[in-house]
Amino acid sequence: MTDIFGVPIVVLLGQLLLGLINGSFYALLSLGLAIIFGMLNVINFAHGAFYMLGGFAAWLLLSALGIGYWETLIAAPLMVGALGAVVERLFLKRLYRVDHLYSLLLTFGIALMLEGLFRHVYGAAGKPYPIPPSLTGGINLGFMFLPMYRAWVIVASLAVCIATWLAIERTKLGAYLRAATENPGLVQAFGINVPFMLTATYAFCVGLAGFAGALAAPLYQVSPGMGSSVIIVVFAVVVIGGMGSIGGAIVTALALGIIEGLTKTFYPAASSIAVFVVMVLVILIRPSGLFSREA
Amino acid sequence: MAEAPLLDVKGLEAWYGESHVLHGIDFDVRKGEVVTLIGRNGAGKTTTLRSLIGVVGKRRGACSYKGADLLKVAPHKVARLGIGYVPEERGIFSSLTVLENLLFPPAWQAGGMAVDEIYGLFPNLKGRDSTSGTRLSGGEQQMLAIGRILRTGADFILLDEPTEGIAPVIIEEIGAALRILKDRGMTIILVEQNLRFAASIADRHYVLDQGKVVDEISNNALDANMDRLNRYLGV
Ligand SMILES: Nc1ncnc2c1ncn2[C@@H]1O[C@H](COP(=O)(O)OP(=O)(O)O)[C@@H](O)[C@H]1O
Ligand SMILES: [Mg+2]
Repeated sequence: MTDIFGVPIVVLLGQLLLGLINGSFYALLSLGLAIIFGMLNVINFAHGAFYMLGGFAAWLLLSALGIGYWETLIAAPLMVGALGAVVERLFLKRLYRVDHLYSLLLTFGIALMLEGLFRHVYGAAGKPYPIPPSLTGGINLGFMFLPMYRAWVIVASLAVCIATWLAIERTKLGAYLRAATENPGLVQAFGINVPFMLTATYAFCVGLAGFAGALAAPLYQVSPGMGSSVIIVVFAVVVIGGMGSIGGAIVTALALGIIEGLTKTFYPAASSIAVFVVMVLVILIRPSGLFSREA
Repeated sequence: MAEAPLLDVKGLEAWYGESHVLHGIDFDVRKGEVVTLIGRNGAGKTTTLRSLIGVVGKRRGACSYKGADLLKVAPHKVARLGIGYVPEERGIFSSLTVLENLLFPPAWQAGGMAVDEIYGLFPNLKGRDSTSGTRLSGGEQQMLAIGRILRTGADFILLDEPTEGIAPVIIEEIGAALRILKDRGMTIILVEQNLRFAASIADRHYVLDQGKVVDEISNNALDANMDRLNRYLGV
């Protein structure tokens, strides 16, 4: 009863939980990437850097200004989102009409610059961020011990992902966004300010990355490299789920987090490549992604 | 007769990137009129409509509408002046259902039609609410493209080839609907290649060729000028 293929069930559940947590971060990040790609046709390589900025915003707000976790959870995404709006207005906006290789290179350059800047100013070492007092401790589930903060991360990211998905699929604003991906000129002719909508979309998605970064701060340490290490996996998630499929990005992210966790349990040596093996298989079998609309 | 035209276009030029497509278009439309733009493929009819609402690259000239210069109005504010655009490719959104498409454009002016009224005008659309917009037949999509504009309170409609590629029965229905709209006082610019259809509702016709207005013919004089027209159209 307590072993599965020689692995104690407690260890297995522990790894599944870790997988689910990683999956939650993948979900927050890949959701934003998928929306940005769908709406702006931009492959946002700076997404990891904005995630890192979210983490640093949390750390700086606390260490320099003494601003606590809950305020930070609101403030960090707003700050990162505002920076995103500036980036879109100043740079990305000019690149919509040319091949999307240009915006890819631009965002890649922004990522390198931000990471380099933070490495230069704060050093490469991780900065610790304490778990907020209200979320310390854990719950004994009988078969395992569930730390409160981890449970909170899963709940918070899933809630944000589902709310975002609902807003896009079920609201009038979402209908404007979906229609603008099909025919921006016509949506504009109906009196909707499409350029503003694109700025807001980019700011919002990048803000989601900032939210994920702040959420991650107490769990992992805040460091300049935290974005670039996660973003590669997140791109794999988006490729597997299908570029531009929002629901697909969320489901794929969670599933891949769990697959990673399972690989860690049963065959640890392969855990860091599991996601990419899945990606290769998906590209071979269904190149447009598991959840893409075109079959 | 002294009343100023609702829309007065003078010397309108337009470019797609480097290519100069409109070379000085002049025409006017009075309130309540149906005016057509006719001319062979590539004459610049679609570009003229697109220039009015600001979806081409560069424009020059003057388009005065209700006292404003349309060329100076931001593209997303044109609809707010009561201008409704029905594009040549119809522009039904495939990610939206029929009802979502119908409810899509915001209503910027009072006096728009209710959904039931629109269904009264285009009964084919009735009962199709949850169908994906692009599942409709071409003719039905055309009706949807016109219908969704009527909800917005627009009183000036730009219609780009509503009969193109559409079955004759449906053309009849669209014609009937347009005559009802005209009777209600709607002003319409109709781009059309189907002369018989154009003649059945229009007051005046402008002939475009190579990015210029080359002739103006009133609907009464249409029959008498058929030879001339056919020469323009290269029939
Ligand atoms: N998006 C575009 N880019 C470049 N040239 C275009 C574009 N659309 C139309 N044209 C050119 O502009 C001219 C006028 O086209 P258009 O206004 O569509 O004509 P019409 O509607 O009268 O058939 C044509 O020569 C066409 O090839
Ligand atoms: Mg045309």
